[in-house]
Amino acid sequence: MKGDIVLRVVTKLLMPFMLLFALYVQFHGDFGPGGGFQAGVIGAAAIVLYAIVFGLRAGQRVAPEWLVEKMLAAGVLLYAGVGLAGVLLGGNYLDYFVLAADPVQGQHRGIFWVEAGVALTVSGVMLKLFYMFAGRGRAMDEGEGDA
Amino acid sequence: MAVVVVGMALQRNLFSVVVLFGIYSFLMATVLVALDAVDVAMTEAAVGAGVSTVLLLSALHLTGAEEAKPLHRPLLPLALSLAVGGGLAYGTYDLPPFSDAQAPIHTHVAPRYLKEGPKETGVPNVVTAVLASYRGYDTLGETVVVFTGGAGVIALLRRRRREKKGRDR
Amino acid sequence: MSEVAAHYSYWVTIFLMIAGMYILIARGNLLKKLIGLAILQTSVYLLYIAPAKLIGGTAPIVAPGFELYSNPLPHVLILTAIVVGVATLALGLALVARIREAYGTVEEDEILQRDRADEE
Repeated sequence: MKGDIVLRVVTKLLMPFMLLFALYVQFHGDFGPGGGFQAGVIGAAAIVLYAIVFGLRAGQRVAPEWLVEKMLAAGVLLYAGVGLAGVLLGGNYLDYFVLAADPVQGQHRGIFWVEAGVALTVSGVMLKLFYMFAGRGRAMDEGEGDA
Repeated sequence: MAVVVVGMALQRNLFSVVVLFGIYSFLMATVLVALDAVDVAMTEAAVGAGVSTVLLLSALHLTGAEEAKPLHRPLLPLALSLAVGGGLAYGTYDLPPFSDAQAPIHTHVAPRYLKEGPKETGVPNVVTAVLASYRGYDTLGETVVVFTGGAGVIALLRRRRREKKGRDR
Repeated sequence: MSEVAAHYSYWVTIFLMIAGMYILIARGNLLKKLIGLAILQTSVYLLYIAPAKLIGGTAPIVAPGFELYSNPLPHVLILTAIVVGVATLALGLALVARIREAYGTVEEDEILQRDRADEE
Protein backbone atom coordinates (compact mmCIF):
# COMPACT_ATOMS: atom_id res chain seq x y z
CA MET A 1 0.00 0.00 0.00
CA LYS A 2 2.82 2.37 0.75
CA GLY A 3 4.23 2.39 -2.74
CA ASP A 4 1.09 2.98 -4.70
CA ILE A 5 1.31 6.56 -5.83
CA VAL A 6 -2.24 6.96 -7.09
CA LEU A 7 -3.64 6.01 -3.68
CA ARG A 8 -1.31 8.35 -1.86
CA VAL A 9 -2.08 11.36 -4.04
CA VAL A 10 -5.82 10.79 -4.02
CA THR A 11 -5.84 10.33 -0.26
CA LYS A 12 -3.93 13.52 0.30
CA LEU A 13 -6.41 15.33 -1.92
CA LEU A 14 -9.45 13.82 -0.24
CA MET A 15 -8.42 14.20 3.39
CA PRO A 16 -9.20 17.93 3.85
CA PHE A 17 -12.56 17.51 2.14
CA MET A 18 -13.48 14.60 4.37
CA LEU A 19 -12.56 16.47 7.52
CA LEU A 20 -14.35 19.57 6.30
CA PHE A 21 -17.41 17.49 5.52
CA ALA A 22 -17.32 16.03 9.00
CA LEU A 23 -17.29 19.52 10.51
CA TYR A 24 -20.06 20.61 8.15
CA VAL A 25 -22.24 17.69 9.15
CA GLN A 26 -21.57 18.43 12.80
CA PHE A 27 -22.56 22.06 12.69
CA HIS A 28 -25.40 21.78 10.23
CA GLY A 29 -27.05 18.98 12.15
CA ASP A 30 -29.66 21.48 13.13
CA PHE A 31 -30.78 22.28 9.61
CA GLY A 32 -30.19 19.14 7.64
CA PRO A 33 -29.39 15.52 8.32
CA GLY A 34 -26.42 15.08 10.52
CA GLY A 35 -25.39 15.79 14.05
CA GLY A 36 -22.82 14.44 16.43
CA PHE A 37 -22.70 10.74 15.52
CA GLN A 38 -22.37 11.09 11.81
CA ALA A 39 -19.73 13.79 12.16
CA GLY A 40 -17.72 11.74 14.62
CA VAL A 41 -17.75 8.66 12.41
CA ILE A 42 -16.88 10.58 9.23
CA GLY A 43 -14.00 12.34 10.96
CA ALA A 44 -12.66 9.05 12.31
CA ALA A 45 -13.04 7.45 8.87
CA ALA A 46 -10.92 10.21 7.34
CA ILE A 47 -8.03 9.48 9.69
CA VAL A 48 -8.49 5.74 9.29
CA LEU A 49 -8.14 6.17 5.53
CA TYR A 50 -4.95 8.13 6.07
CA ALA A 51 -3.59 5.44 8.39
CA ILE A 52 -4.49 2.65 5.98
CA VAL A 53 -2.77 4.24 3.00
CA PHE A 54 0.26 5.76 4.70
CA GLY A 55 0.88 3.22 7.44
CA LEU A 56 -0.18 3.02 11.05
CA ARG A 57 2.74 5.04 12.39
CA ALA A 58 1.99 7.99 10.12
CA GLY A 59 -1.61 7.88 11.27
CA GLN A 60 -0.51 7.86 14.88
CA ARG A 61 1.63 10.91 14.27
CA VAL A 62 -1.47 12.75 13.05
CA ALA A 63 -3.70 11.60 15.91
CA PRO A 64 -1.53 10.41 18.79
CA GLU A 65 -2.83 7.70 21.09
CA TRP A 66 -2.93 9.80 24.21
CA LEU A 67 -4.98 12.48 22.43
CA VAL A 68 -7.49 9.92 21.22
CA GLU A 69 -7.85 8.49 24.71
CA LYS A 70 -8.42 11.92 26.19
CA MET A 71 -11.01 12.68 23.51
CA LEU A 72 -12.91 9.54 24.43
CA ALA A 73 -13.44 10.60 27.98
CA ALA A 74 -13.71 14.34 27.34
CA GLY A 75 -16.82 13.91 25.23
CA VAL A 76 -18.77 12.12 27.94
CA LEU A 77 -17.60 14.61 30.54
CA LEU A 78 -18.66 17.50 28.31
CA TYR A 79 -22.12 16.05 27.92
CA ALA A 80 -22.52 15.45 31.65
CA GLY A 81 -21.06 18.89 32.29
CA VAL A 82 -23.77 20.55 30.23
CA GLY A 83 -26.30 18.74 32.36
CA LEU A 84 -24.62 19.93 35.53
CA ALA A 85 -24.56 23.49 34.21
CA GLY A 86 -28.30 23.25 33.94
CA VAL A 87 -28.50 22.33 37.62
CA LEU A 88 -26.08 25.03 38.72
CA LEU A 89 -28.03 27.73 36.90
CA GLY A 90 -31.24 26.87 38.64
CA GLY A 91 -33.05 24.37 36.44
CA ASN A 92 -33.20 20.59 36.30
CA TYR A 93 -30.39 18.33 35.10
CA LEU A 94 -29.88 18.74 31.35
CA ASP A 95 -32.33 21.62 31.28
CA TYR A 96 -31.45 23.88 28.40
CA PHE A 97 -33.93 26.64 29.06
CA VAL A 98 -31.85 28.25 31.77
CA LEU A 99 -28.59 28.36 29.86
CA ALA A 100 -29.19 31.76 28.32
CA ALA A 101 -31.47 34.74 28.76
CA ASP A 102 -33.78 33.65 25.97
CA PRO A 103 -35.02 30.03 26.29
CA VAL A 104 -34.72 29.29 22.60
CA GLN A 105 -31.16 30.61 22.59
CA GLY A 106 -30.50 28.41 25.60
CA GLN A 107 -31.72 25.43 23.61
CA HIS A 108 -29.35 26.31 20.79
CA ARG A 109 -26.39 26.50 23.15
CA GLY A 110 -27.26 23.31 24.96
CA ILE A 111 -27.74 21.36 21.73
CA PHE A 112 -24.48 22.72 20.32
CA TRP A 113 -22.35 21.62 23.26
CA VAL A 114 -24.11 18.32 23.62
CA GLU A 115 -23.57 17.42 19.98
CA ALA A 116 -19.92 18.48 20.27
CA GLY A 117 -19.48 16.12 23.21
CA VAL A 118 -21.10 13.28 21.32
CA ALA A 119 -18.91 13.84 18.25
CA LEU A 120 -15.77 13.88 20.40
CA THR A 121 -16.57 10.60 22.09
CA VAL A 122 -17.73 8.81 18.95
CA SER A 123 -14.73 9.82 16.85
CA GLY A 124 -12.39 9.00 19.73
CA VAL A 125 -13.87 5.54 20.17
CA MET A 126 -13.83 4.70 16.46
CA LEU A 127 -10.22 5.81 16.12
CA LYS A 128 -9.17 3.95 19.24
CA LEU A 129 -10.87 0.79 18.01
CA PHE A 130 -9.02 1.01 14.73
CA TYR A 131 -5.70 1.61 16.48
CA MET A 132 -6.25 -1.34 18.79
CA PHE A 133 -7.14 -3.79 16.06
CA ALA A 134 -4.54 -2.64 13.59
CA GLY A 135 -1.86 -2.37 16.23
CA ARG A 136 -2.54 -5.93 17.29
CA GLY A 137 -2.01 -7.27 13.82
CA ARG A 138 1.29 -5.49 13.46
CA ALA A 139 2.56 -7.07 16.62
CA MET A 140 1.80 -10.46 15.19
CA ASP A 141 3.48 -10.02 11.86
CA GLU A 142 5.98 -7.28 11.35
CA GLY A 143 5.94 -5.77 7.93
CA GLU A 144 3.00 -4.70 5.82
CA GLY A 145 -0.13 -3.76 7.72
CA ASP A 146 -3.68 -4.59 6.75
CA ALA A 147 -4.25 -4.45 3.01
CA MET B 1 -30.74 -7.36 -0.33
CA ALA B 2 -32.15 -10.81 0.17
CA VAL B 3 -29.76 -12.14 -2.47
CA VAL B 4 -26.80 -10.55 -0.72
CA VAL B 5 -27.79 -12.03 2.61
CA VAL B 6 -28.27 -15.53 1.21
CA GLY B 7 -24.88 -15.22 -0.45
CA MET B 8 -23.37 -14.28 2.88
CA ALA B 9 -24.88 -17.29 4.56
CA LEU B 10 -23.57 -19.74 2.00
CA GLN B 11 -20.13 -18.29 1.34
CA ARG B 12 -17.23 -19.83 3.19
CA ASN B 13 -14.45 -17.49 2.20
CA LEU B 14 -14.71 -14.94 4.99
CA PHE B 15 -13.16 -12.07 3.07
CA SER B 16 -15.94 -12.20 0.50
CA VAL B 17 -18.44 -12.38 3.35
CA VAL B 18 -17.09 -9.12 4.76
CA VAL B 19 -17.24 -7.45 1.35
CA LEU B 20 -20.82 -8.65 0.94
CA PHE B 21 -21.55 -7.17 4.34
CA GLY B 22 -20.32 -3.79 3.12
CA ILE B 23 -22.58 -4.07 0.07
CA TYR B 24 -25.47 -5.03 2.32
CA SER B 25 -24.93 -1.97 4.50
CA PHE B 26 -24.94 0.33 1.50
CA LEU B 27 -28.13 -1.22 0.19
CA MET B 28 -29.69 -0.84 3.60
CA ALA B 29 -28.71 2.84 3.64
CA THR B 30 -30.38 3.41 0.26
CA VAL B 31 -33.53 1.68 1.43
CA LEU B 32 -33.54 3.92 4.47
CA VAL B 33 -33.30 7.02 2.28
CA ALA B 34 -36.26 5.74 0.28
CA LEU B 35 -38.11 5.49 3.59
CA ASP B 36 -37.38 9.17 4.36
CA ALA B 37 -35.00 8.39 7.21
CA VAL B 38 -32.13 10.60 6.12
CA ASP B 39 -30.26 10.90 9.44
CA VAL B 40 -30.46 7.17 9.99
CA ALA B 41 -29.32 6.47 6.44
CA MET B 42 -26.28 8.70 6.85
CA THR B 43 -25.38 7.02 10.12
CA GLU B 44 -25.93 3.53 8.74
CA ALA B 45 -23.82 4.28 5.67
CA ALA B 46 -21.00 5.76 7.73
CA VAL B 47 -21.09 3.18 10.51
CA GLY B 48 -22.16 0.02 8.75
CA ALA B 49 -20.35 0.36 5.47
CA GLY B 50 -17.43 2.28 6.92
CA VAL B 51 -16.39 1.48 10.44
CA SER B 52 -17.95 -1.95 10.77
CA THR B 53 -16.39 -3.19 7.58
CA VAL B 54 -12.98 -1.86 8.56
CA LEU B 55 -13.21 -3.49 11.97
CA LEU B 56 -14.31 -6.78 10.47
CA LEU B 57 -11.40 -6.66 8.06
CA SER B 58 -8.96 -6.05 10.88
CA ALA B 59 -10.43 -8.91 12.88
CA LEU B 60 -10.25 -11.09 9.80
CA HIS B 61 -6.60 -10.23 9.44
CA LEU B 62 -6.08 -11.31 13.01
CA THR B 63 -7.90 -14.61 12.83
CA GLY B 64 -7.94 -16.29 9.46
CA ALA B 65 -9.76 -16.21 6.19
CA GLU B 66 -11.58 -19.48 5.71
CA GLU B 67 -14.52 -21.07 7.44
CA ALA B 68 -14.33 -24.80 8.13
CA LYS B 69 -16.81 -27.15 6.53
CA PRO B 70 -19.78 -27.74 8.84
CA LEU B 71 -19.73 -31.18 10.40
CA HIS B 72 -23.42 -31.90 10.41
CA ARG B 73 -26.13 -30.65 8.09
CA PRO B 74 -27.83 -27.65 9.65
CA LEU B 75 -31.36 -29.00 9.37
CA LEU B 76 -32.46 -28.24 12.91
CA PRO B 77 -31.39 -24.57 12.84
CA LEU B 78 -32.97 -24.16 9.42
CA ALA B 79 -36.26 -25.64 10.61
CA LEU B 80 -36.11 -23.53 13.75
CA SER B 81 -35.49 -20.32 11.80
CA LEU B 82 -38.32 -21.07 9.40
CA ALA B 83 -40.67 -21.85 12.27
CA VAL B 84 -39.81 -18.59 14.01
CA GLY B 85 -40.22 -16.74 10.71
CA GLY B 86 -43.62 -18.31 10.19
CA GLY B 87 -44.71 -17.34 13.67
CA LEU B 88 -43.56 -13.78 13.14
CA ALA B 89 -45.29 -13.54 9.77
CA TYR B 90 -48.49 -14.77 11.36
CA GLY B 91 -48.12 -12.04 13.95
CA THR B 92 -47.69 -9.28 11.41
CA TYR B 93 -51.23 -9.56 10.18
CA ASP B 94 -52.32 -7.62 13.22
CA LEU B 95 -49.81 -4.86 12.66
CA PRO B 96 -50.91 -1.66 10.93
CA PRO B 97 -50.48 -1.73 7.16
CA PHE B 98 -47.72 0.19 5.49
CA SER B 99 -48.06 3.97 5.70
CA ASP B 100 -51.18 4.05 7.82
CA ALA B 101 -51.71 7.57 9.12
CA GLN B 102 -54.03 6.37 11.87
CA ALA B 103 -51.57 3.96 13.39
CA PRO B 104 -50.75 4.66 17.06
CA ILE B 105 -47.20 5.49 16.17
CA HIS B 106 -48.33 8.60 14.36
CA THR B 107 -50.99 9.87 16.72
CA HIS B 108 -49.42 9.92 20.15
CA VAL B 109 -46.42 12.17 20.71
CA ALA B 110 -45.04 12.60 17.21
CA PRO B 111 -47.41 15.35 15.98
CA ARG B 112 -46.54 17.40 19.05
CA TYR B 113 -42.82 17.07 18.36
CA LEU B 114 -43.33 18.01 14.73
CA LYS B 115 -45.42 21.07 15.56
CA GLU B 116 -43.80 22.39 18.71
CA GLY B 117 -40.24 21.26 18.07
CA PRO B 118 -38.98 24.08 15.85
CA LYS B 119 -40.76 26.64 18.00
CA GLU B 120 -39.53 25.44 21.35
CA THR B 121 -35.97 24.60 20.34
CA GLY B 122 -35.34 26.74 17.29
CA VAL B 123 -33.98 23.75 15.39
CA PRO B 124 -35.71 22.72 12.14
CA ASN B 125 -34.26 19.22 12.10
CA VAL B 126 -36.79 17.49 14.33
CA VAL B 127 -34.66 14.37 14.69
CA THR B 128 -31.75 16.36 16.15
CA ALA B 129 -34.13 18.32 18.35
CA VAL B 130 -35.67 15.17 19.79
CA LEU B 131 -32.30 13.44 20.11
CA ALA B 132 -30.47 16.27 21.85
CA SER B 133 -33.21 18.09 23.67
CA TYR B 134 -36.42 16.18 24.24
CA ARG B 135 -34.70 12.84 24.75
CA GLY B 136 -31.35 14.14 25.91
CA TYR B 137 -31.03 11.56 28.68
CA ASP B 138 -31.12 8.71 26.20
CA THR B 139 -28.35 10.31 24.20
CA LEU B 140 -26.32 10.71 27.36
CA GLY B 141 -26.78 7.01 28.07
CA GLU B 142 -25.81 6.14 24.54
CA THR B 143 -22.63 8.21 24.70
CA VAL B 144 -21.73 6.38 27.88
CA VAL B 145 -22.39 3.05 26.15
CA VAL B 146 -20.06 3.98 23.29
CA PHE B 147 -17.44 5.04 25.80
CA THR B 148 -17.86 1.77 27.69
CA GLY B 149 -17.50 -0.19 24.47
CA GLY B 150 -14.25 1.59 23.73
CA ALA B 151 -13.02 1.12 27.28
CA GLY B 152 -13.91 -2.57 27.13
CA VAL B 153 -11.97 -3.07 23.94
CA ILE B 154 -9.01 -1.25 25.45
CA ALA B 155 -9.19 -3.50 28.50
CA LEU B 156 -9.34 -6.63 26.36
CA LEU B 157 -6.69 -5.79 23.82
CA ARG B 158 -4.28 -3.56 25.61
CA ARG B 159 -0.79 -4.92 25.53
CA ARG B 160 2.43 -3.18 24.66
CA ARG B 161 4.25 -4.69 21.74
CA ARG B 162 7.42 -5.07 23.74
CA GLU B 163 5.68 -7.16 26.36
CA LYS B 164 4.08 -9.32 23.71
CA LYS B 165 7.38 -10.11 22.07
CA GLY B 166 8.78 -10.91 25.54
CA ARG B 167 6.21 -13.50 26.52
CA ASP B 168 5.69 -15.36 23.30
CA ARG B 169 3.39 -18.37 23.45
CA MET C 1 -53.65 -8.77 -2.91
CA SER C 2 -53.69 -5.54 -0.99
CA GLU C 3 -52.92 -7.56 2.11
CA VAL C 4 -49.59 -8.53 0.56
CA ALA C 5 -48.81 -4.98 -0.47
CA ALA C 6 -49.70 -3.65 2.95
CA HIS C 7 -47.46 -6.04 4.83
CA TYR C 8 -44.63 -6.48 2.33
CA SER C 9 -42.23 -4.40 4.39
CA TYR C 10 -42.77 -6.63 7.41
CA TRP C 11 -42.08 -9.75 5.40
CA VAL C 12 -38.82 -8.37 4.07
CA THR C 13 -37.84 -7.52 7.63
CA ILE C 14 -38.75 -11.00 8.84
CA PHE C 15 -36.77 -12.63 6.06
CA LEU C 16 -33.67 -10.62 6.94
CA MET C 17 -34.21 -11.36 10.62
CA ILE C 18 -34.42 -15.12 10.23
CA ALA C 19 -31.51 -15.11 7.79
CA GLY C 20 -29.40 -13.34 10.40
CA MET C 21 -30.64 -15.68 13.10
CA TYR C 22 -29.90 -18.72 10.95
CA ILE C 23 -26.33 -17.57 10.34
CA LEU C 24 -25.99 -16.91 14.05
CA ILE C 25 -27.03 -20.37 15.20
CA ALA C 26 -26.10 -22.61 12.29
CA ARG C 27 -22.53 -21.60 11.55
CA GLY C 28 -19.64 -22.56 13.76
CA ASN C 29 -17.15 -19.87 12.84
CA LEU C 30 -17.25 -17.12 15.46
CA LEU C 31 -16.64 -14.31 13.00
CA LYS C 32 -19.51 -15.46 10.84
CA LYS C 33 -21.74 -15.62 13.89
CA LEU C 34 -20.92 -12.00 14.62
CA ILE C 35 -21.80 -11.04 11.06
CA GLY C 36 -25.11 -12.86 11.45
CA LEU C 37 -25.72 -10.84 14.60
CA ALA C 38 -25.02 -7.63 12.68
CA ILE C 39 -27.52 -8.63 10.01
CA LEU C 40 -30.09 -9.33 12.71
CA GLN C 41 -29.50 -5.85 14.12
CA THR C 42 -29.93 -4.12 10.76
CA SER C 43 -33.17 -5.98 10.16
CA VAL C 44 -34.45 -4.58 13.45
CA TYR C 45 -33.65 -1.07 12.21
CA LEU C 46 -35.83 -1.75 9.20
CA LEU C 47 -38.54 -3.09 11.50
CA TYR C 48 -38.74 0.27 13.22
CA ILE C 49 -38.28 2.62 10.31
CA ALA C 50 -40.69 1.07 7.84
CA PRO C 51 -43.84 1.89 9.88
CA ALA C 52 -42.65 5.45 10.35
CA LYS C 53 -42.91 6.30 6.69
CA LEU C 54 -45.96 8.09 5.39
CA ILE C 55 -46.46 7.90 1.65
CA GLY C 56 -46.38 11.46 0.31
CA GLY C 57 -44.48 12.68 3.33
CA THR C 58 -40.95 13.89 3.42
CA ALA C 59 -37.97 13.73 5.73
CA PRO C 60 -38.73 15.12 9.19
CA ILE C 61 -36.93 18.43 8.74
CA VAL C 62 -39.40 21.26 9.07
CA ALA C 63 -39.20 23.55 6.07
CA PRO C 64 -41.66 25.95 4.49
CA GLY C 65 -43.66 24.41 1.70
CA PHE C 66 -43.88 20.88 3.11
CA GLU C 67 -46.89 19.72 5.01
CA LEU C 68 -46.62 16.02 5.68
CA TYR C 69 -43.60 14.66 7.52
CA SER C 70 -42.58 11.14 8.28
CA ASN C 71 -42.47 10.26 11.95
CA PRO C 72 -39.18 11.29 13.57
CA LEU C 73 -39.41 9.26 16.77
CA PRO C 74 -38.26 5.88 15.42
CA HIS C 75 -35.39 7.65 13.64
CA VAL C 76 -34.09 8.82 16.98
CA LEU C 77 -34.31 5.36 18.54
CA ILE C 78 -32.59 3.72 15.61
CA LEU C 79 -29.82 6.30 15.52
CA THR C 80 -28.94 5.29 19.05
CA ALA C 81 -29.33 1.62 18.18
CA ILE C 82 -26.88 1.80 15.26
CA VAL C 83 -24.13 3.29 17.36
CA VAL C 84 -24.72 0.86 20.21
CA GLY C 85 -24.63 -1.94 17.64
CA VAL C 86 -21.21 -0.96 16.42
CA ALA C 87 -19.93 -0.79 20.00
CA THR C 88 -21.27 -4.31 20.55
CA LEU C 89 -19.67 -5.51 17.34
CA ALA C 90 -16.33 -4.04 18.37
CA LEU C 91 -16.44 -5.75 21.76
CA GLY C 92 -17.39 -9.03 20.12
CA LEU C 93 -14.50 -8.74 17.68
CA ALA C 94 -12.10 -7.99 20.51
CA LEU C 95 -13.29 -11.14 22.30
CA VAL C 96 -12.86 -13.17 19.11
CA ALA C 97 -9.31 -11.87 18.72
CA ARG C 98 -8.49 -12.91 22.29
CA ILE C 99 -10.10 -16.31 21.81
CA ARG C 100 -7.97 -16.81 18.74
CA GLU C 101 -4.87 -16.10 20.75
CA ALA C 102 -5.90 -18.34 23.61
CA TYR C 103 -7.17 -21.32 21.60
CA GLY C 104 -5.53 -20.90 18.22
CA THR C 105 -8.82 -21.20 16.38
CA VAL C 106 -12.17 -19.49 15.98
CA GLU C 107 -14.22 -22.56 15.10
CA GLU C 108 -16.77 -23.37 17.74
CA ASP C 109 -16.38 -27.17 17.54
CA GLU C 110 -12.64 -27.06 18.00
CA ILE C 111 -12.96 -24.71 20.95
CA LEU C 112 -15.45 -27.01 22.65
CA GLN C 113 -13.17 -29.99 22.01
CA ARG C 114 -10.26 -28.17 23.58
CA ASP C 115 -12.31 -27.33 26.63
CA ARG C 116 -13.47 -30.90 27.03
CA ALA C 117 -9.93 -32.17 26.64
CA ASP C 118 -8.73 -29.69 29.25
CA GLU C 119 -11.33 -30.82 31.73
CA GLU C 120 -10.26 -34.46 31.57
